Amino acid sequence: MALRVFCPRVMSPSALLLLLPLLLLAGVPLAAAATRPALWPLPVSVQQTPNLLYLSPVSFEITHGLDSSAGPDCFLLQDAFRRYHQYVFGYSENPDVSRMSSSVGTEIQKLLVVITSDSECNAYPNITSDESYKLVVQASVAVLEARKVWGALRGLETFSQLVYRDSYGAYVINETEVTDFPRFPFRGILIDTSRHYLPLKTILMTLDAMAFNKFNVLHWHIVDDNSFPYQSMAFPELSGKGAFSHAHVYTHTDIRHVLDYARLRGIRVIPEFDSPGHTNAWGKGQENLLTACYAGSQKTGFFGPVNPILNTTYDFLSTFFKEVSQVFPDNYIHLGGDEVDFSCWKSNPDVTKFMEEQGFGQSYEKLESYYIQKLVDIVSSTNKGNLVWQEVFDNKVKLNPQTTIVEVWKGSYYEKELSDVTAAGFATVLLSPWYLDYISYGQDWRRYYYVEPLQFSGTSTQKELVLGGTAALWGEYVDATNLMPRLWPRASAVGERLWSSKHVRDENDAYNRLTEHRCRMVRRGIPAEPLYVGYCEL
Amino acid sequence: MISLEHTGVLLLLTLLAVGTLAQTQVLEASVWPWPQNIRVSPNQTFALNPSLFHFQYSAASAVQPGCSVLDEAFVRYLRIIFGTGPWLSPDRPDLKITVKNSLDVLVAVPGCDLFPEMNSLENYTLTLSNQQFVLKSHTVWGALRGLETFSQLIGRSAEGMFYVNCTDIVDFPRFPHRGLLLDTSRHYLPLQTILETLDVMAYNKFNVFHWHIVDDPSFPYESVNFPELSRKGSYDPASHIYTMEDVKTVIEYARLRGIRVLAEFDTPGHTLSWGKGIPGLLTPCYSGSVPSGSYGPVNPILNRTYEFMASFFQEISDVFPDFYLHLGGDEVDFTCWLLNIVSSYRKGYIVWQEVFDNDVKLSPDTVVHVWRETKPVPYAMEMKNITKAGYRVLLSSPWYLNRISYGQDWQKIYSVEPLDFEGSPEQESLVIGGEACMWGEFVDMTNLTPRLWPRAGAVAERLWSSKSVNDTKLAYARLANFRCELLRRGVQAQPLFVGFCEHDFYH
Repeated sequence: MALRVFCPRVMSPSALLLLLPLLLLAGVPLAAAATRPALWPLPVSVQQTPNLLYLSPVSFEITHGLDSSAGPDCFLLQDAFRRYHQYVFGYSENPDVSRMSSSVGTEIQKLLVVITSDSECNAYPNITSDESYKLVVQASVAVLEARKVWGALRGLETFSQLVYRDSYGAYVINETEVTDFPRFPFRGILIDTSRHYLPLKTILMTLDAMAFNKFNVLHWHIVDDNSFPYQSMAFPELSGKGAFSHAHVYTHTDIRHVLDYARLRGIRVIPEFDSPGHTNAWGKGQENLLTACYAGSQKTGFFGPVNPILNTTYDFLSTFFKEVSQVFPDNYIHLGGDEVDFSCWKSNPDVTKFMEEQGFGQSYEKLESYYIQKLVDIVSSTNKGNLVWQEVFDNKVKLNPQTTIVEVWKGSYYEKELSDVTAAGFATVLLSPWYLDYISYGQDWRRYYYVEPLQFSGTSTQKELVLGGTAALWGEYVDATNLMPRLWPRASAVGERLWSSKHVRDENDAYNRLTEHRCRMVRRGIPAEPLYVGYCEL
Repeated sequence: MISLEHTGVLLLLTLLAVGTLAQTQVLEASVWPWPQNIRVSPNQTFALNPSLFHFQYSAASAVQPGCSVLDEAFVRYLRIIFGTGPWLSPDRPDLKITVKNSLDVLVAVPGCDLFPEMNSLENYTLTLSNQQFVLKSHTVWGALRGLETFSQLIGRSAEGMFYVNCTDIVDFPRFPHRGLLLDTSRHYLPLQTILETLDVMAYNKFNVFHWHIVDDPSFPYESVNFPELSRKGSYDPASHIYTMEDVKTVIEYARLRGIRVLAEFDTPGHTLSWGKGIPGLLTPCYSGSVPSGSYGPVNPILNRTYEFMASFFQEISDVFPDFYLHLGGDEVDFTCWLLNIVSSYRKGYIVWQEVFDNDVKLSPDTVVHVWRETKPVPYAMEMKNITKAGYRVLLSSPWYLNRISYGQDWQKIYSVEPLDFEGSPEQESLVIGGEACMWGEFVDMTNLTPRLWPRAGAVAERLWSSKSVNDTKLAYARLANFRCELLRRGVQAQPLFVGFCEHDFYH
């Protein structure tokens, strides 16, 4: 059995990384068989020996280490232990127990999970959450060590990816040592529940798949022009009139479900309530919120962005965002601010008068700034930070770099934008190259994989302001019928780019690992589409 | 229903009815593909009582109970239309609406146990009026098309009442060959996926399942005479093969829906997977004077190649009842020989355009399948050349549905006019239809259905409906509606654009 290097170029100036020979079994051409470990995203350091250890589906257990700060009262870990036991063994229909227990070789009996610091078991993850872990797989007990539960979750995923089945069907794992931590702290998936409603089940499945790929932020673009499915307590008419139908809403029970499900997987949920543009659906349930458009001196009956000149607008926003800040525990709210169409504001005589009074001249960017600043103040008063789309920065709204993160989404010159945003001292998240709704023929995952987020001109201080990125699946052409195969495994390419070392970019190696990773997702119930010709072992 | 406000398109369409009924009408019908002649009177509506309604053979019908094709279709369509209940109380004396409890079905010619053929008639008339509630057709295949149309005419009120407007339809297909190609070699498709696809094909009035069953990557067809082919050439002989029973299931399932199964065994290229089970079949490639270890096409210089092929294609000719086999092919001498062999088994054949391009000698009844977009000539020119040479032709070039792109690409698919080439009426009459192709490089059971539907529906309407039914704006509302109907029937069809369906997909 040949010893080959598994991840030879994982090097960074700050860390001495081990380049010991690692085991890589020969791949079966085309077949994406689960006969060798295929780690995705690739950990920072992996060392393996050819020594195989056997796991018995009957007796193997994942449990708390004696010196762990977490114990059986940590539901997050209990639930994760149960889940990962299933992922490791669950997809075999009829495990031949007799054969497995008679496997010749050393058995590994348990995986002990040790949390070494305050566990944060009952907390919600945030941007500073520690996701690092260390995994030592050896006879007869494997140990997963992490400072917080978040790292334990990532390590459990890695452990589950290390287990495979030998040619006799027995569950095996190589002696292994993994040291791992994410390159970027913000690794998001954007879903859009306004262009099409996504049923709860779809969102939960997405969270599962996110955990398989070590994503940690669900950017929930929950409302937009097309529909308002968020059921507000203070303003029930918003969804009462703005949702596609009474069945196409997210109740508070639904949202709690998403939040809990995400937390248990170490995933933050950042809701986006985009304004002042993209708000058509808000207007249906909230009178006078939107700007009435005019043709000459006549109202057209159409409405534009939120009306920024009325006190009632800000009263509404105060109440509404106070509710949102209580419903969603994350300490950030996404305020949108993209693609504001000024034509309706321009047509409205009251707005024109207000512009004159404020001395804004013809600069509707100033009016937009006026609105956003008031909105940011409202949200800041709830002790939340905020994210905004890049236009807010481009239009020179006065923002506080301590509380605002700028999201770069426009396709062209995004390197320049990253450079500008970080030069101004803002933290940033990149989306531009990762609009997964833009489908094309062939293996477009390679394009997403190829992106290097820090390839822009800027100082190291600037680069540290890049918190990460988000793969966006906008909903114009996506609903529950096609979301899963369209998102996975294409988003996985982004997942590795944001987790693994900068130097992990060998496409051939990525192809082999990702092909198997997608089969693993399929076995775990995620209908992830194929990368290319071949098949998955059942 | 797609939300009216959000699509900005009204469902109540003002359509120019075509053919003999050419007049502007307001229609409360959303049928896909659009019938040749349809007249709807929304002023007169009939209620259907779901617990009593049934299809019945007209006394004058040439087929009667016991006719497998229609007996089963009646059960199927009752379920499609009404679901399995429970339904609201049928008695609504307050409603002054005529209740209809049956649709008479009258088929002119006998024949329930046959297979559909290229020249099978599919025409039907559907008359839903006070005097008559009747579906008439020449053959059982036409009755199947009429039942599908009938099922699409039924509305459901918010209160749960089933109703249909007074309607008159005279319908027939524009082209006799309306196909869909699935590729089970690049990725294996489970039997269930194929059967579900056949269901949706019937909803779209497709009538040919072109089964590209084997190719380079895998050989899932389990041969009776050469079991080694799939034992060694499939991805996994335990799970990734089509047994003889599977194949028979597909053929019968298709027959009951009026769909022909056109099997393709492409040779002499695209045969890598064949070589695993039949040593010596493929040509060993050389680098210099040594074999390189890799293999090329079928080896045309060995006698045993021809012995194998003769025996193998004899089996295929027996297993697949359709008159036609699709032979692929692009190599002159070999193809020439193969065509003769297959002819001797009393089969017709369809070949990819290369066979024509390469000047292989073809018998006049060959069907040439055009698939290339621009080479050696633009496909319209290719259609012209092939028909000028007197051959019948099938079009697929603009309908490679595996080639996805952002946005509403169904519109481009829909806007194709197959007869848009310079040629005489005789030449045009040689265009027997076309096929939507879903090649399998990037498609397996995880993404096949949403990628296929409703995009393939655009091809279906182009091949069934009149040439003049070509307005994408009008088609949008109907297709969006049809897509919602597919969801209601349990088909995971993807959206055309923003909006929602009453029966959205919920996993």
